[in-house]
Amino acid sequence: MAIIKESIRNQITFSQIPFGEGLKKGVQLTPEELIKVVRDSNIRGRGGAGFPTGMKWSFTAAAKGDKKYVVCNADEGEPGTFKDRVIFSNWAKLVFEGMALAGYAIGADEGIIYLRGEYTFLRKELEKQLEEERAAGLLGQNVAGKEGFSFDIHVHMGSGAYVCGEETALLEALEGHRGEARNRPPFPATCGYLGKPTVVNNVETFAWIASILVKGADWFKGLGTEKSAGLKLFSVSGDVERPGVYEFPFGITVEQLLKEVGGEGAKAVQIGGASGHCVPASNFNRAIAYEDVATGGSIMVIGPQRSMLDVLENFMEFFADESCGQCVPCRIGNSKLLEGVRMLQEGECTSKYLNELCKLAETMQIASKCGLGQSSPTAFLDIVKYFRRELFSGQAF
Amino acid sequence: MTEQSVNAELISVNIDGKEIQVPSGTTILEAAKKLGIRIPTLCYHDDLCIAGVCRVCVVEVEKKWQLQAACAFPITDPITVHTHTPRVRKARRHILELMLSEHYGECYSCGRNGNCELRSLAQEYGVDGYRFGHVEEPECEKDDIGFSVVRDMNKCIQCRRCVRTCAEFQSVKALHTMGRGINSSIGTYFDKPLSEVVCINCGQCINRCPTGALQAKDYTEAVWAAIDDPKKHVVIQTAPAPRSAIGEEFGQPGVPMTFQMNTALRQIGFDKVFDTNFTADLTIIEEGTELILRLYKNLVQGDNSAPLPQFTSCSPGWVKYIEHFYPEYLAHVSSAKSPQQMFGAVIKTWYAEINNIDPKDIVSVALMPCTAKKFECNRPEMRDSGYQDVDFGLTTREVAKMIREAGIDLNTVPKSNFDAPFGTATGSGVIFAATGGVMEAALRTVLELITGKKVEDFYAHADIIPIRGFEGCRYVELKIPEEVGPVPDLIKHLVPDWDWIKGATVKVGVAHGTANARKVLEDIKAGGKFSECHFIEFMACPGGCIGGGGQPIPTSQWIREARAKVIYGEDNDYEVRKSHENPDVLRVYTEYFKEGPCSHKSHELLHTHYTPRGKFIE
Repeated sequence: MAIIKESIRNQITFSQIPFGEGLKKGVQLTPEELIKVVRDSNIRGRGGAGFPTGMKWSFTAAAKGDKKYVVCNADEGEPGTFKDRVIFSNWAKLVFEGMALAGYAIGADEGIIYLRGEYTFLRKELEKQLEEERAAGLLGQNVAGKEGFSFDIHVHMGSGAYVCGEETALLEALEGHRGEARNRPPFPATCGYLGKPTVVNNVETFAWIASILVKGADWFKGLGTEKSAGLKLFSVSGDVERPGVYEFPFGITVEQLLKEVGGEGAKAVQIGGASGHCVPASNFNRAIAYEDVATGGSIMVIGPQRSMLDVLENFMEFFADESCGQCVPCRIGNSKLLEGVRMLQEGECTSKYLNELCKLAETMQIASKCGLGQSSPTAFLDIVKYFRRELFSGQAF
Repeated sequence: MTEQSVNAELISVNIDGKEIQVPSGTTILEAAKKLGIRIPTLCYHDDLCIAGVCRVCVVEVEKKWQLQAACAFPITDPITVHTHTPRVRKARRHILELMLSEHYGECYSCGRNGNCELRSLAQEYGVDGYRFGHVEEPECEKDDIGFSVVRDMNKCIQCRRCVRTCAEFQSVKALHTMGRGINSSIGTYFDKPLSEVVCINCGQCINRCPTGALQAKDYTEAVWAAIDDPKKHVVIQTAPAPRSAIGEEFGQPGVPMTFQMNTALRQIGFDKVFDTNFTADLTIIEEGTELILRLYKNLVQGDNSAPLPQFTSCSPGWVKYIEHFYPEYLAHVSSAKSPQQMFGAVIKTWYAEINNIDPKDIVSVALMPCTAKKFECNRPEMRDSGYQDVDFGLTTREVAKMIREAGIDLNTVPKSNFDAPFGTATGSGVIFAATGGVMEAALRTVLELITGKKVEDFYAHADIIPIRGFEGCRYVELKIPEEVGPVPDLIKHLVPDWDWIKGATVKVGVAHGTANARKVLEDIKAGGKFSECHFIEFMACPGGCIGGGGQPIPTSQWIREARAKVIYGEDNDYEVRKSHENPDVLRVYTEYFKEGPCSHKSHELLHTHYTPRGKFIE
């Protein structure tokens, strides 16, 4: 675990949060009051999509169901993201507490951690800590001394499909089916795991909820930007001097971030993983926030020596392989984009065909069934937009 | 529409400027249909659950950046929808072009030429080139090893209708989605040929495939060759269900074309055209007698070697289903062969004898609504005449193709009757085509044999209405009157009197579509009400034979209901409506099966046995 510990570069807020305190405070409130705290903090989902967490909880609380579930999305599969692993390695109990708080807020007594298959090595430790939480009265019957509130958590292992990070595909996989996105609506808030109202949140979101209960909604709301409240963990990798997990407030510019991590002189930064935006050096003044460039935390720094065509090939290979294969725009679209990249490499792609592929990419964004196909062409479009000349540089016109 | 949505609150929706109020939960596609607005679909099918995977039906919903699949979007709040904006049109064209880039379109020689949904959509949405490439050569081998269903994955566009049909409609699950991303495909267990997995040959996947990826094995060339061979005596028996549907192939849906078809078949060159209803009636006598025997043995003699309830055996898809999935219940299946196979055995024995034809020169063809019949006639146990009893099973689609190839317009040919000695049929035989029909036919006969009275005394016009309908699993109780008649001569040697059954309540069940068959079998396993039944009719296909895998494409509940209407209309028109009154059947018992039904000789030719297969095939 030493390597993981070393990769934590800043003082991270979670270190200051005493385990158990947030949960104990939370269950003193009524569920409605608890949801209000979450709403007031303006926290948005830390997985990447950024849906307001308070709103999600209140929908699920309002949904009718004899049984409800809290699911922790720990299928951290976005390329370049590893902050959830670090959270689990250091502050797993905050996540459990966040889940219990969600259970209290929506009226659920069961929580499930959907843990990425590659994180099997974490399972034993997580289960040990779950046991400790039970012993401390923070899971099980009468959680944190709250009469009548039971909540427990178990770990379910993923099997390696990227698409299972999409919440409805994750639920399908949890139910034992092929991991594929469902039609939405209905949303998990009303019809989730086993058809029951379900809250699905990212690992980091739960840890922040526990912290918010300790430090207050106003504290959180006061950090970050107006539309992107709070602090965020970033997984920084690539051509930088100091890769690792960082905590920054939302709103930090790419430039500022690069300075912190030793990535000055980069040619581009891929923000939000393979499915995120590729920001060229000319745009490094842009802010990392939902109102500008959104991210689930992945920052991949691309140095000046890199070929953007290679970068793009890497992304498109990933998507052509990781598309679940159900919907046409994503299944065939991604493979057509990959084919286009290979044609560029061979010097066989005309400018006209590249334009056709960009139009196809736009169709994929609006017509694919789930977030995978809707976001997979983003980097393609960005790289073509900002690096068109470079893409054709190997080609004799 | 579901029951819930009937009582749901009404929501306003505006589609292309037209307003309508729909119950909450109605999809955009359903709402558009009500307004007469066409939204193209491909993976959507009336019979199946929503997949939302092809994305052809995407529309613009105001205030949503992404397009929404009309088939999968339930309307729960007032929305404004646009079905053909530039974004929508571009997306649809892209989607079709992507499909075409993967589809090996040998359209001229494809069995679905003229009836391909992909081709129609490409035309409708202005696809004018292969923007993203085109498959020039087939990439994988066709699976045409079996007798019934041919899979050509080069034409598959992965709409998954077949997967959904096989899983939820038929509860067979022979077809699955395999792999991921560019490597995803529709496959079978370990990619084995369909004939080596649990496929029951029902062909329901064929009826719902939008392209030519799934087709029935075509035997028309072999049949033409037999017709062209002057040494061969080529006869065809025609089942009732194709008559209710063949009009669809000639622009006359819902019109019975039985007698025009007879003429057309003779013009094609068949030497004789027979009515499978003859052996449907024979089946009723054999299977009905078997039922009476089973009842007598179980209820009077305490012998449960042939257990109750008795299951019907005329649907070969169902027979293979139970062989695979419930082999422990095979003793319940009537040993009577299906009408097709009884006919095959009679043609190459009695018919050959009385007409002095060497059975080796007879080519026996069967027109069936069914793809499983192709497999059935090739079962090794179906050679009791000393030859393969039925040589070829043809589907309604194949016969329509032959009629067209012979240059015949079915709409203009004169009507003609069936050939002797199997020319008379009864209404009971005709209704075999619809779910509940075999049961109704059997009950008409059994009631009369036991009571000595007319069915009409109990049910107006002999229509046993409670048995009819489209509900997936039906359970009906019928009271046998206290007054019974003498045992008729035909079966006198089997039961001494009817005293043991008078006043009894006969419990019967009907299930169609093997997903419903599974429900009934599970109910029996759990000791539910179906376990108390005496007789249960099972049909592999939805709606019974009228919804068979060999019937014209497309299919839907509405189309099947229209076919059922034709069938019950025909039943109504028959003079003789009960199997035991069929003079040709009575003749075959006086002249050939002299010891009567369920006797030694009838067992030799008209009965069979089954093979426990299980779910794993070596």
